[in-house]
Amino acid sequence: MKLLAARRRHPMALVVLLLVGLLMTGGAYAVFTTNSTASAEEYTAQDVEEGEKLFVTNCATCHGMNAEGTENGPGLVGVGAAAVDFQVGTGRMPLQMSGPQAQVKTPQFSEEQISQMSAYVASLGPGPAVPEDEYLDASQGDPAAGGGLFRTNCAMCHNVVGSGGALTRGKYAPNLSEVSEKHLYEAMQTGPQNMPIFNDANLTPEQKRDVIAYVREVSEQPSAGGAKLGSLGPVAEGLFIWFFGLAAVIGITVWLSARSK
Amino acid sequence: MSTAPATTAVGKAAQFTESRVGASKMVKEFGRKIFPSHWSFMLGEVALYTFIILILTGTFLTFWFKPAMGELHYEGPYIPLKGVEMSEAYASTLAISFEIRGGLFIRQMHHWAALLFMAAVSIHALRIFFTGAFRRPREINWLIGIALIALGMGAGFTGYSLPDDLLSGNGLRIIDGLLKGIPLVGTYVSFFLFGGEFPGIDIVSRLYSLHIMIVPALLIAAIGVHLMFVVIHKHTQWPGAGHTEKNVVGEPVLPTFAAKGGGFFFMIFGLLALISGFFTINPVWNYGPYDPSPVSAGTQPDWYIGWMDGFLRIIPGWTEFYIFGWPISFNIFSALLIAALLFGAMAAWPFVEAWVTKDHREHHILDRPRNNPTRTAFGMAAVVWYAVMWAAASGDLMAVFFHMSLNDMIYIFRFLFFAGPIIAYIVTKRICLGLQRKDREIILHGYESGEIIRLPHGEYQERHKVHTDHEVWALSSFESPEYVPAEPDPDGKISKWERRRAAISKFFYEDRVAPVTKDELDAAHHDHGDHGVDAGSHSGGELPRGH
Repeated sequence: MKLLAARRRHPMALVVLLLVGLLMTGGAYAVFTTNSTASAEEYTAQDVEEGEKLFVTNCATCHGMNAEGTENGPGLVGVGAAAVDFQVGTGRMPLQMSGPQAQVKTPQFSEEQISQMSAYVASLGPGPAVPEDEYLDASQGDPAAGGGLFRTNCAMCHNVVGSGGALTRGKYAPNLSEVSEKHLYEAMQTGPQNMPIFNDANLTPEQKRDVIAYVREVSEQPSAGGAKLGSLGPVAEGLFIWFFGLAAVIGITVWLSARSK
Repeated sequence: MSTAPATTAVGKAAQFTESRVGASKMVKEFGRKIFPSHWSFMLGEVALYTFIILILTGTFLTFWFKPAMGELHYEGPYIPLKGVEMSEAYASTLAISFEIRGGLFIRQMHHWAALLFMAAVSIHALRIFFTGAFRRPREINWLIGIALIALGMGAGFTGYSLPDDLLSGNGLRIIDGLLKGIPLVGTYVSFFLFGGEFPGIDIVSRLYSLHIMIVPALLIAAIGVHLMFVVIHKHTQWPGAGHTEKNVVGEPVLPTFAAKGGGFFFMIFGLLALISGFFTINPVWNYGPYDPSPVSAGTQPDWYIGWMDGFLRIIPGWTEFYIFGWPISFNIFSALLIAALLFGAMAAWPFVEAWVTKDHREHHILDRPRNNPTRTAFGMAAVVWYAVMWAAASGDLMAVFFHMSLNDMIYIFRFLFFAGPIIAYIVTKRICLGLQRKDREIILHGYESGEIIRLPHGEYQERHKVHTDHEVWALSSFESPEYVPAEPDPDGKISKWERRRAAISKFFYEDRVAPVTKDELDAAHHDHGDHGVDAGSHSGGELPRGH
């Protein structure tokens, strides 16, 4: 201790302290990130090679030959396999047309090709991996806990039961009822388009599973009260009462006041 | 009154009651009341019947609803909320929905009936306005009707806020904002209502008192007076042969009108039951318990509050300023000003119109909307103005459905907020004047029958038919207000207000299509006299096109 006390005003002390601090945060970060990149599937060198070919043919125009990004598309180093699996797996990529945001369409590639492209992008730098199956099993999640998380983190844009909603300038948060468990997880993990990233420090994999369980529960449960009218709330109900309810009422009034001729 | 002693059981019972209550005179009087029959006269009835349904279903709900905000953990059958902390109010609403037999059905019926009630009230009010039924002697009843609209909005909103779910809490937060936006006293008013800082633990029980007692009591009282006035003033009627300002042509209450009305009530009841059985309304379980932090996308109020919400969505954010360091914010508060403006304009209209036209006579014959183009045009301008604000409340949903930018939707609504009423005014007025000219044409020259005839020398003509006298009367017997120039008062001076009145009168009635006079009608029919147009017949004559 005496040694430390004697040297604490040494000119190099600050540098040493900074170094120690950086090493510790960096080390801790590495530990956490490797944690989240724990890959569900191991990619072979051949996957990476095939993936690179597909990438160069289909993606490089916008994302650059080495996925370094161009002015038409972001760099993909470090986005991880999950991002590729989500974007290509939901058909958003390759982009069909430019617009406020990428649209869902029938995926253009097979599962195997998507996995190869994921392998290639994952090989460029560490990033979130395709989630493991145990976190995608909605039956193991707690929908009530997920509901609380969903209302706090997701409902703002996606609506309380995931019916979707508007964002600024033509962008929108899509309806979640038809989205697969894997893509729900990946969307939370990678924050595609306008969505914020919910990494494992925000929402643990178990919490993400709870959110998935909630989304599955509310989109698959039978509606207790009859037709859901899109689960859009009072606007749909108001339209219904004017265009169906009141129209029927006026029909009745006309019928009742009609004279037999 | 008969004095012979009754012999049958029914007769004895009737005599017993009559000698103590003496209601036969009243029943006789009321039973002979005449109501004209027209579909548009039944819209107010719809409002009355839905109100009765609201009372019936609402009473059912009070048996199980717990208006308290004590916290508990949900242990009911709805899995996605199992163990979630919530208020007793929300938990009891979930219990009504999932555990009480028939509870969800009655809850949905209550809510659908509320939406239909306000819709019926609205189009009933529009019918009154566009037909001029608010004119003397019915101005007070018009004001009561406006009070009923405001009370209906209050009843609806307090009910919407009771379940204490996320949606209703978000709605209350806006009310809190509206109140806090009132300059100077806003914060105090909000604290007074919520019993402290929003949301507090008092608001649900306070809203409950308002929703099940105070507002319905006021509604019942106002509806009672409203209906009493209908009996006192007698019902208005459309122009037609034999319809005068001194009579009412229609069906007596007993038996015809009462039977029809009773049947109509059950049809409305049945319709609402069908809707409630097949269509979800306000699935409270979706929204979760209220928590001030989350807000769901697509959070809207029920439709009748929507126009105020829409106004809040389109008002720009710079309407806030400081006076000596005190913030005066119109960003939210102005929704109250807009409401005051709309309700104020509605309330003032009958008096303004009477002042402008100098017409203070009683009116029991209705105007066809086209026959008062300026009033109809103002009405449509107001409808469009309301509808723009109303639509703006769902701008986010429209943006998603029509793949529009939400920002553009706001700009469009802002533009329409100003331009919409003006366009509606001009278009409506022109349409009305055009329809009036068409009416003149039909009266004077008959209508196109679609029959082409060939004359002996080869010429083709379309046969024009004329209406029966009854129909001609209905088309031509209307009052058409004229521009009344400024008139001097007894001292021979023209006051400033009289000048203004004259200017408004000119604006109102300068464009005018005069009703067909008897001379014009005779002259027109004389022209075609050779072809046997019989103006006195009820069968409808025929005449070939004369020009």
